[in-house]
Amino acid sequence: MSLDIPRSLTTLRDPADVAFRGVARGGGIIVLTIMSLVGVFLAFRAAQALSVSGFSFITEQAWEPDSGRFGIAAVLVGTILIALVAVAIAVPLAIGTALYITEYAPRKIRSFLIGLVDLMAAIPSVVYGLWGFFFLQGNITPVSKWISMTFGWIPIFAVDGVDPNDPLSSVTVYTSSTFIAGIVVAFMIAPIITSIMREVFAQAPLGEREGALALGSTRWGMIRSVVIPFGKGGMIGGTMLGLGRALGETIAVYMIISPVFVIQPHILQNGANSVSSLIALRYGEATEFGTSALMAAGLTLFLMTLVINFGASAVVARSRSGASS
Amino acid sequence: MTDTVVMPAVAPTTLRGEVIPEGETPGREERRVSGVRISDVLSATGAAIASLCLTSVLFTQLAPLSGPIAFAGVAYILFMVLYSILVAADESRPVVIDRIILVGVHTLAFTVFATLAFVVIFSIVRGAEALPFLNFYTQDMSLAGPLDPLSEGGVLHAIAGTLIQILIALAITIPLGLTTALFLNEVPSRFSRFVRTIVEAMTALPSIVAGLFIYASFILLFGLEKSGFAASLAISVMMLPIMIRSADVVLRLVPSTLKEASIGLGAGQWQTVWRVILPTSRSGLVTAIILATARGIGETSPVLLTSGFTASLNLDPMHGPMVSLPLAIFQFVKSPEPTMIARGFGTAAVLMFIVLALFVVARIIGGQTIAIKEKRAEGRRAFWNAVATPLRPAGRVIAKGYAATAPARVASATGIRRAAQSAWAGLAPLLATVGALVAGLARRLWSEIRAWVQLRISTLRSTPDTPPAKDDTP
Repeated sequence: MSLDIPRSLTTLRDPADVAFRGVARGGGIIVLTIMSLVGVFLAFRAAQALSVSGFSFITEQAWEPDSGRFGIAAVLVGTILIALVAVAIAVPLAIGTALYITEYAPRKIRSFLIGLVDLMAAIPSVVYGLWGFFFLQGNITPVSKWISMTFGWIPIFAVDGVDPNDPLSSVTVYTSSTFIAGIVVAFMIAPIITSIMREVFAQAPLGEREGALALGSTRWGMIRSVVIPFGKGGMIGGTMLGLGRALGETIAVYMIISPVFVIQPHILQNGANSVSSLIALRYGEATEFGTSALMAAGLTLFLMTLVINFGASAVVARSRSGASS
Repeated sequence: MTDTVVMPAVAPTTLRGEVIPEGETPGREERRVSGVRISDVLSATGAAIASLCLTSVLFTQLAPLSGPIAFAGVAYILFMVLYSILVAADESRPVVIDRIILVGVHTLAFTVFATLAFVVIFSIVRGAEALPFLNFYTQDMSLAGPLDPLSEGGVLHAIAGTLIQILIALAITIPLGLTTALFLNEVPSRFSRFVRTIVEAMTALPSIVAGLFIYASFILLFGLEKSGFAASLAISVMMLPIMIRSADVVLRLVPSTLKEASIGLGAGQWQTVWRVILPTSRSGLVTAIILATARGIGETSPVLLTSGFTASLNLDPMHGPMVSLPLAIFQFVKSPEPTMIARGFGTAAVLMFIVLALFVVARIIGGQTIAIKEKRAEGRRAFWNAVATPLRPAGRVIAKGYAATAPARVASATGIRRAAQSAWAGLAPLLATVGALVAGLARRLWSEIRAWVQLRISTLRSTPDTPPAKDDTP
């Protein structure tokens, strides 16, 4: 009877192993502490401003902390609009690039292209900002103008104060807009999304690919019926990670937009704003209370990206393709 | 370029194109799964010519459109329409869709890569004005005003600041990051899974929030001044999750058979980590570190909040503002003066060269195969043996000479002479060692270059035997 009970195993660790495990656990604890301190400190510093503003912090558009009127309604909407424009442009580009790398590119240049995508992710954001401000701004306004002329009846493409029949109207109303900032951010986040999508596309099982082709499918038929369903989780997760990055982008947005503190739903029109560029713009001249208000804005941004990231990693981890990555 | 719907049933090869030995299937050729047929080329070329002509007609005669972007857009749409009509003439509907998608995917990929190339080239071309001046690299901006020509002033202060800040950040993040990555992999528990979740969520921490955190804690609460050290702390907070995540992925790729073999031979956990896991994943870990460095070097917003701004060279990270390259770019282009903007673009080019160099190094290290590493280690051993053999008698002679001078030293009353002698005796082996080290480094460099060239050649000839460790930091 007693033979059925398995012998309990005891592990007697070497002192070196005990030390290693201790140090490693210590490293983990330190990192966890640092990461939680980020949230704790922001919340601690933000408490003062939040206790003054209360719920109006979410609904107020103006940003005048020292007169008591401040809220993130305008900047938050601006941030989300810029991020959505960026994702809307970046996701098709990323899907195309990821499919090209995994399915269409000649095998010889494939690893080179993968390296190139990684390199794109490492290009400093200030360089993208320079490009956006000095090149794109001047060259994209005719396109903005055309979109607003053609699709102006859709509210978000409308531009105030422009007479469509005036051929000599100035184009400055189309500069420094959400649209231009969104394009620049799109090219910054496209590599990250591409890199995640490429990874899941490449993991699509060979047997199923061969099966689809053997049944007479075209290459696109195979991609549509095997690769994309397999990589769906990774595609959604990659998009959300890109969205998280787009929300937090500072310098490139700061260089391009001209800040306004009203909710600006017209993405083609001059004037936009974002939480991160608000912080970069105002932290220098802020009073102590103003700094606290900026911390509250930063905390909002932090919580928003954190939620999106948790969601993204959950989606990726649950999908069939993400289980091994 | 085509996968035709009709597939010959005779070919027994797999779709990956694995070669079946000649003897087993005499007379059968490997089926080509991709290849360009003459009709594809003709229809694509025809559609391209037709769309160009049509767009020209539209632009010059009919529509009130103008501008290169509009021209490209219209031409592209026309091309797609014409091409699908041409393909539809002799193919079935699935094939037509396949072709349209093929063109679309190529276009999207081309747009992404062309934009990357353009962003890089644009900065270098605009900065080319400032780059040829030697003073751009050897002076700071303390004596140069906004109206001064490019032959005055430079970005030495920013280069020095970037290097100091990134070195401090690396001194913090490398030990902490690698320890944590090891913890996540080697000490699995509920707690380590929790840490991993947090770290993964923090990889997309907005960089301005990292700056804000250091600003709120170290500068406002603890009363530190804005300094290079505060900036490196902010960069560290941003780099840490990125490094941990990519190192974690690399460590997970170490084959468990190796670990089991090590444990099975009686090694403890620490010995397994030190002798098996770390050496196996070394190149991947180095790649992870370098990629995190490339990200950290280019961040502007954390530095903007924490380092302060100065136009002069400051080598002390603890006191006074210290500017870095991205921050310098940001400040330069704020000015309306063309020379300052040119300096900004020049600085951007310098920054990009640094990032590019880091990247190339990461690729070379990440692309190393075990075989190449083994060969190099062997060469190193042989070299050290070759160096050490002649050095040994020399060292013996020096030691003997030193011993022989002992009575003289005792006899001599002058401390200076004694000091000089012992200094020389101490210096001679030191000099020999330094010489050997320099020779070793040169040799090492040469073997790195040779191995790199060989690696390139072998990649050109065939695909490498192991794919380079890739990092996909989100």
